[in-house]
Amino acid sequence: MRESALVTAAASNAAAMPLLQVRDLHAWYGESHVLHGIRFEVPEGQLISLLGRNGSGRSTTLRAILGLVGRRQGSARIHGVETIALPTHRIARLGVGWCPEERAIFSSLSVEENLHLPPRLAEGGMPLDELYTLFPQLAERRRSQGTRLSGGEQQMLALARILRTGARLLLLDEITEGLAPVIVERIEATLQLLKSRAYTIVLAEQNLGVASRLADHIALIEHGQVVEAFAASELPARRADVEARLGV
Amino acid sequence: MSDIPLQAVLSQVMLGLNNGAFYALLSLGLAVIYGMLEVVNFAHGALYMMGAFGALIGLEYLEAWTGIPGLRLTFWWALLLVPLVVGAFGVLVEALLLRRIARLEPIYGLLLTFGLALILEGVFANGFSAAGEPYNGKPEALEGVVNLGFMFFPRYRLFSMLVAVLSCVAVWWVIERTRLGAQLRAGTENPAVTSAFGINVPRLRSLTYFLGAALAGLAGVVAAPIYSVGPHMGAELIIVVFAVVVIGGMGSILGAVMTGLALGVLEGLVKVVYPPMANTVVFVIMALVLLWRPAGLFGREA
Ligand SMILES: Nc1ncnc2c1ncn2[C@@H]1O[C@H](COP(=O)(O)OP(=O)(O)OP(=O)(O)O)[C@@H](O)[C@H]1O
Ligand SMILES: [Mg+2]
Repeated sequence: MRESALVTAAASNAAAMPLLQVRDLHAWYGESHVLHGIRFEVPEGQLISLLGRNGSGRSTTLRAILGLVGRRQGSARIHGVETIALPTHRIARLGVGWCPEERAIFSSLSVEENLHLPPRLAEGGMPLDELYTLFPQLAERRRSQGTRLSGGEQQMLALARILRTGARLLLLDEITEGLAPVIVERIEATLQLLKSRAYTIVLAEQNLGVASRLADHIALIEHGQVVEAFAASELPARRADVEARLGV
Repeated sequence: MSDIPLQAVLSQVMLGLNNGAFYALLSLGLAVIYGMLEVVNFAHGALYMMGAFGALIGLEYLEAWTGIPGLRLTFWWALLLVPLVVGAFGVLVEALLLRRIARLEPIYGLLLTFGLALILEGVFANGFSAAGEPYNGKPEALEGVVNLGFMFFPRYRLFSMLVAVLSCVAVWWVIERTRLGAQLRAGTENPAVTSAFGINVPRLRSLTYFLGAALAGLAGVVAAPIYSVGPHMGAELIIVVFAVVVIGGMGSILGAVMTGLALGVLEGLVKVVYPPMANTVVFVIMALVLLWRPAGLFGREA
């Protein structure tokens, strides 16, 4: 309840404020220091793509925003609310949805139970009908055990279940990784739809093609730091440099 | 077998079913706590003992201890309130002790709850007769016997079986069929993702321990009029209950309940056929099941 009051208070000067603002974010897993002062921000309704090599710290950045690392330090503001000292479930209630890299579909729950599990965070979540229209495969398999689904279906389920909650800030981790081209297309189309509805999205992505078609902003991450940040429109001019940094 | 009268067999089956109902209720609580929290709760027998003492103290000692004339907890009130008190005690244990070691190996939880059980037994042994005291609060409505057609069976024992079965069904329903249950299962499977949905996982853990402890307390209250109430009543029973949980599969709710009832009946039958084996048959079966299916009859193989 307190968060929503803060959100309303923060909304009054929302015009100037990025929806997500990360400053000097450090994170540790046990003793190992993984993020070394990550800094970026996303205005409401825009999509930022975090690019980087394996192990550069993109997933950790998303986890650290949610407070899911051993320890974190610095600042992560959502709707202007400082979250660094909040427990994970309170951060989520600011309207954050997360698709983890491993998808984390619950094996003990059916497709429908997986969809119903996350509590509503705000008004305006997508109704079940709409989600089933968007992802007809899920409708067909609504009674199946979550882990009986194919990789693509699991990814759709992971995305669908956070769209139902009314979350407006989506943290999506490698959501096209390892999927067949038709399914990648399907997910890309869904992200376009979400952009047109002014969702704010942070996309950790390996696929430069997908990133270039969807992103408004790009942040290049190396060794737990943002080494370059620029508007996606600059990508064609910087392509060679970016590819060199990603090692592709 | 032909020289054993059917009457004796049936009556032992009924008594066995009655014991089995207690096994089921206790192993259900253990299975819930293990399945959701991954704590092997050795204090479960002590919580059961506390439930029985809760009923006894409410009836016999409350008036003297508080100095309020006429303050007595009748059986029905005890049945309602004592599980809540024992559950609340469980929540304290979880919040003050178990939570601190939640990230360590399960053996620490086992040792901690084992120590807790010894302390609780010691405290009650200090204040009450180690040999046990009878509980004289059985409600009048539950006195007497019922004609089952094939035998006369004490009405109270029938009632205790009914309470056990209804509780098991209710717990199964909450965990398998409700939204809260889905959250509990999700919180066990992946606490990080569950909390990232905005679900307060630590509170779910407290709630789980409350539920498990309250079930033990309930079993204690229901047992009070049947068995004598003593500090060691839990320790004796819990060994069998652990065997039940191992046979059924750690963490399997259905497994705990079915195995509890089945083993109660089996014990009863063995008592007729070959009495010296009655107290060991459960452990023989446990050993066999562990050899054949290490995850237990209803457990998922890893
Ligand atoms: N649970 C963990 N415990 C310890 N170290 C970890 C853990 N998870 C990740 N790391 C380490 O943190 C660093 C950053 O990992 P992260 O998963 O954030 O990388 P990434 O950019 O998402 O790359 P990718 O997804 O391609 O592996 C890596 O060096 C990784 O080994
Ligand atoms: Mg990653």
